[in-house]
Amino acid sequence: MEYGLDKRSNALKIFNTTFIIVWLLVACFPFIWTFWGSFKVRADFFSRADWWYAITAFNTLLETGGKFTTDAYSQAWTEGEFWKASRNTVIVTFFVVTISLFLGTLGAYALSRSTRNYAFWILIAALIFRAMPHITLVSGYLFPFFQLQIWGILPTTIVVLVAINQPFTLWLLYSFFKTVPKELDESALIDGCSYFQAFRHIIMPVMWPGVITAGLFSLMLAYNDFTVTALLLNQENHTMVPKIQSYLGTNQHEGNLMWAVSAVVSATAPLFMLVMFFQRQVISGLTAGAVKG
Amino acid sequence: MPNKTFFWFFLPTGLAMILFIGLPIISTGIQSFYAQHDQVVKEVKKCDPFGCTVSIVVDQEKTSKIREEKPLGKFNGFGTYVDRNHLAIEEIGKFWNETNSFGEFVDQVTNLPFYKALIFTLTYCLFVTPNVLLLGFIIALSLNAVTRGIRGPLIFGTILPMIVTPLVGSLVLFWMIDAEGIIGANLQMLMNDPYLSLKSSKTLTWITIIIYGIWHHSPFAFVVFYAALQTVPQEPVEAAIIDGASRWQRVRHIVLPHIYPVVTFVALISLMDNFRVFEPIIGFSAEGSAQSLSWLIYDNLVNEEVILFGSAAATSMMTIVGIAILLAPVLIRTWKEFRTAR
Repeated sequence: MEYGLDKRSNALKIFNTTFIIVWLLVACFPFIWTFWGSFKVRADFFSRADWWYAITAFNTLLETGGKFTTDAYSQAWTEGEFWKASRNTVIVTFFVVTISLFLGTLGAYALSRSTRNYAFWILIAALIFRAMPHITLVSGYLFPFFQLQIWGILPTTIVVLVAINQPFTLWLLYSFFKTVPKELDESALIDGCSYFQAFRHIIMPVMWPGVITAGLFSLMLAYNDFTVTALLLNQENHTMVPKIQSYLGTNQHEGNLMWAVSAVVSATAPLFMLVMFFQRQVISGLTAGAVKG
Repeated sequence: MPNKTFFWFFLPTGLAMILFIGLPIISTGIQSFYAQHDQVVKEVKKCDPFGCTVSIVVDQEKTSKIREEKPLGKFNGFGTYVDRNHLAIEEIGKFWNETNSFGEFVDQVTNLPFYKALIFTLTYCLFVTPNVLLLGFIIALSLNAVTRGIRGPLIFGTILPMIVTPLVGSLVLFWMIDAEGIIGANLQMLMNDPYLSLKSSKTLTWITIIIYGIWHHSPFAFVVFYAALQTVPQEPVEAAIIDGASRWQRVRHIVLPHIYPVVTFVALISLMDNFRVFEPIIGFSAEGSAQSLSWLIYDNLVNEEVILFGSAAATSMMTIVGIAILLAPVLIRTWKEFRTAR
């Protein structure tokens, strides 16, 4: 809102700038601090004597001879088997995103092109499903999964995450499909295309922005999930987030807490890069449901 | 679109949702009526030169056999719902009769696990949701006043707390407020109290988790409000300026009414998310003083000896009822709108 008529007083400008700076500090400083601290030894990052050690790297110099050390990273990734966890995360994320988008585009397209009442009720049901706390669903899964002996493996978790993710994906893609004019596929139908052909060759090519947005959100859900992955996967198959939690529990090792710190940074960095790259899509996705109605 | 085509298009996603969201809810419902088997005990007579003793031991063989035959457990009806760990009907009756003052009664009741968790969950929702709306709106207003060119990076910085998973977000803060971390150590210095720890007191832990919640959720409110602010029409705002309306009056009478529908949307979403608060409790290792409904379920499911399926399921069902109560006004309104639209 840049009004030609509107003049801000200097006091307001200063107040506004200060507020934004303070807020950005609150929002970003914890991450910067953790990133910085992950290159120190534990005695510096959690300093009993003086927190200033984290900056001057007093103990890091004593223990490793340098101001920065990547010991925590190399140990967590090898000894701590974080490589395995990140490999599992990549597998889970990849399949969840692909399957979610495949199911979601088909379903959302049908919902956006149907004029019947049941389409409305399906969307309402999806909203209710969206509200279910994941842990209540997990408490429903565990017992049958044990009985069927499909607990602990990656494919089960992938299917579960896809299903949990569907309500949101449907809503998101539905609001995107709504913005694509109906005339486009109707004319294709008149020319003799089947619905699937119209969907595949006419609608999908103009839907890429929506698909990328929905894909990003599926990715963030699968990548960030703790509840489902921690309870449905066995130790061997843990993804990054439950792995980080497991470093917290085992305190016999002095280094383990630093493993968690470096693992947190390793897990967060790719996500930040991705969001930096796709910021516009993330924001359009968050607002699609709200602003358009 | 013909019904048949719709069916085939919708089948895959519909199936996924029915199988993995619909059925689990039913499965939870069934499990909540069962409880794990009691251990089978037997008497063992042990004789030595000094005489015979009879001791009672667990019959491992029979116990595991029963568990294998009926893995769901024994039928318990609503027994799990009313036991001490859930609604605790009996205990409440007892407290009512035995306590002298109402305050004492409330004290006793809020010490029962389910009510303790319920109160924490509600307190969390009650404090986090309005503050998220308020902070998100203020950030959106003030970022909206910044020069367009530098908004991109500022928005990126603002949404960081939202995109990390709650467990990581709470850990990052937890390490800073640790007595040996940067904030914790400085607080001790400021307060001149070397034993001050945000973890030790219940109130301080609750405040910490609530502040974390506001920190984590505000960016979402910000993004939605920011987008809504871009759609505010300029003419009425300019007219108001000419008429001499103050900045606050413009926000109050033009901007707020315009974005009102979005406010309800954000409030609803953040209420749903706050009601399932769980990961921060793990991240802050706050199990001792703050337990939420979701955490109770998790705790039952990771139980070391036997997984308490029945207990977890009963808490789950009551959580779902809670969600239903939260959603009811919205659903009723949608239903009314739908009927009038037809």
